[in-house]
Amino acid sequence: MHLGGEEPIRECQYNQICTHNSLPIETPHTKKKIKRKWQAFPGRNKFYCNGRIMMAKQTGVFYLTMVLILVTSGLFFAFDCPFLASNLTPAIPAIGGVLFFFVMGMLLRASFSDPGVLPRATPEEAADIERQIDAANGPSGPGYRPPPRTREVTINGQTVKLKYCFTCKIFRPPRASHCSLCDNCVERFDHHCPWVGNCVGRRNYRFFYLFILSLSFLTIFIFAFVITHVILRSNRTGFLSALKDSPARYPFTEVYFFFHFVLNTCTVLEVVVCFFSVWSIVGLSGFHTYLISSNQTTNEDIKGSWSSKRGKGNYNPYSYGNFITNCCAALCGPLPPSLVDRRGFVQPDTPQPVAQTNGTSACPSNQVQSHMCAQDQCIQSTKFVLQAATNPLLHSQAVVLSGGPALQPKTPLGGPCSTLGPPQPTLPSSIPGLTCGGELMALRDSEMHCHHHLHHQHFISPEETPSPPAALPCATHLGHHIHPAQLFDPVSQDSLHEDSVRGLVKLSSV
Amino acid sequence: MAETHSLQDLRQAAVASKVFVQRDYTSGTICRFQTKFPAELESRIDKQQFEETIQTLNNLYAEAEKLGGRSYLEGCLACLTAYTIFLCMETHYEKVLKKIAKYIQEQNEKIYAPLGLLLTDPIERGLRVLEITIFEDRSIGSR
Repeated sequence: MHLGGEEPIRECQYNQICTHNSLPIETPHTKKKIKRKWQAFPGRNKFYCNGRIMMAKQTGVFYLTMVLILVTSGLFFAFDCPFLASNLTPAIPAIGGVLFFFVMGMLLRASFSDPGVLPRATPEEAADIERQIDAANGPSGPGYRPPPRTREVTINGQTVKLKYCFTCKIFRPPRASHCSLCDNCVERFDHHCPWVGNCVGRRNYRFFYLFILSLSFLTIFIFAFVITHVILRSNRTGFLSALKDSPARYPFTEVYFFFHFVLNTCTVLEVVVCFFSVWSIVGLSGFHTYLISSNQTTNEDIKGSWSSKRGKGNYNPYSYGNFITNCCAALCGPLPPSLVDRRGFVQPDTPQPVAQTNGTSACPSNQVQSHMCAQDQCIQSTKFVLQAATNPLLHSQAVVLSGGPALQPKTPLGGPCSTLGPPQPTLPSSIPGLTCGGELMALRDSEMHCHHHLHHQHFISPEETPSPPAALPCATHLGHHIHPAQLFDPVSQDSLHEDSVRGLVKLSSV
Repeated sequence: MAETHSLQDLRQAAVASKVFVQRDYTSGTICRFQTKFPAELESRIDKQQFEETIQTLNNLYAEAEKLGGRSYLEGCLACLTAYTIFLCMETHYEKVLKKIAKYIQEQNEKIYAPLGLLLTDPIERGLRVLEITIFEDRSIGSR
């Protein structure tokens, strides 16, 4: 279910590029506590067995499901099977047993697997997307609320809107939806099932469907054979006496009465549970069979996304055309592995700012790299200079390359408005090789980052150690590159304004 | 001329910027990345080469998610064994993902690292983006 197993050794060369070699190697023994990634997971999920099992937060109803199935099946096997096996055929308990294990297996599989959670965007990704949105929306006047962030894409001739998820900071893939109970975006989101104690999505839909299908069979099976048992017993000894046998014929009367009382109670209980289950479970199976055959999710069906009532040309672009292919695709198609690495280790790193606990810690290794890259003294001081440089740009004044930091909002903002992380592009201290264009681009990138940070009131960088003397040589080198950037002032001014409006809107929505 | 770096050298290099190649959803929900050449890479790598890499990756992902005899067989077998078979066996998708990881490593070693670029396996970004890290150019000598 996960791929992270072989990653740390092989991928060590890539992921920790500018970090591990510049730091003394920290062994797990020197660290106080190496956390696994599931412990730092941003969603509202519960993990068991050291990250192997992933469930929703509320699992009470799941235990009820387990109890109902176990008790009813247990009573069936204990009280009805001996009679049926001896009087009819031992195949009955055998088939019952197989069905029961299949039901339990599918239930546990549906409940314990990752439904297809999309990990949240890394800070750099989020920043990149924000930049693209800004570019797409363009400059706007004051007081203008930017439209909801959507992207349109044409799939098989149908126009589908991709929505931007503010919590996960991604544009949701088609058919994905954000589950508010679990606080995750889930691929091919069907629904959140409390009976199963988990979301039902791309990775566990087939288990869910097989669970309800096999449970329907099991329920009908138990129902049928309990009725058969009562009928057979009553045929032998008369109906009323089946319920209360003549005491004179048997020794140990009280025990016998008790046994029959228990048997009858169990029978009634089983019949009642099965009767109600049959209608609900069989109905649900039928509904999901329809959904599978038309390749729709419950979510889409409820919203009527592909209903012909919406318009003449409205059809389901994901359907394969015929119901056999749709069924095969849903049930026998390839099973994608989990995108959430639960059991991998969080890379040991410097203490993270408080605000980052909500949202971006899904990929902590990236944040680590970004923090650790900045520990390189000269790069840091360059960043410093960039921050200083953006301050005058904000106020459309002449560029003043000061040594001190321009923006230092240190109060982290809690809640869903999570940080984007420190500005990523760091210009090197010596820039002999880069072209002017490249530098400008990187410079602009860092400006935008700084703008976002200013307006979103985020913690910019945890390790801002001022080093003005070192900044000066870099500053002078950068000096002549700043001026062309000033030409972008009007544009950046407007985008800044829009930024601040958006920032305020975001803050107000918290 | 082109500066040559190895992966080792990249460890000492600093990150200049990152480019994200987004997913292409025009064919539905299957995993595909946009083949549009990002502007930031124009000075670094040949467009043809880049597109070839992306295309190969797209083909590999398509192979992973392909519906065909093999995947159906695997699915049915798994269902009959109540999915316990995956305790001993890897799914086809996982096998292809390993192949992709190997391909990316090979591409990095041969083509991208010498140009001061690094591809990050999309699976580490939840198959959302293909992240390309651009390193600063620390060529010694002419430029």
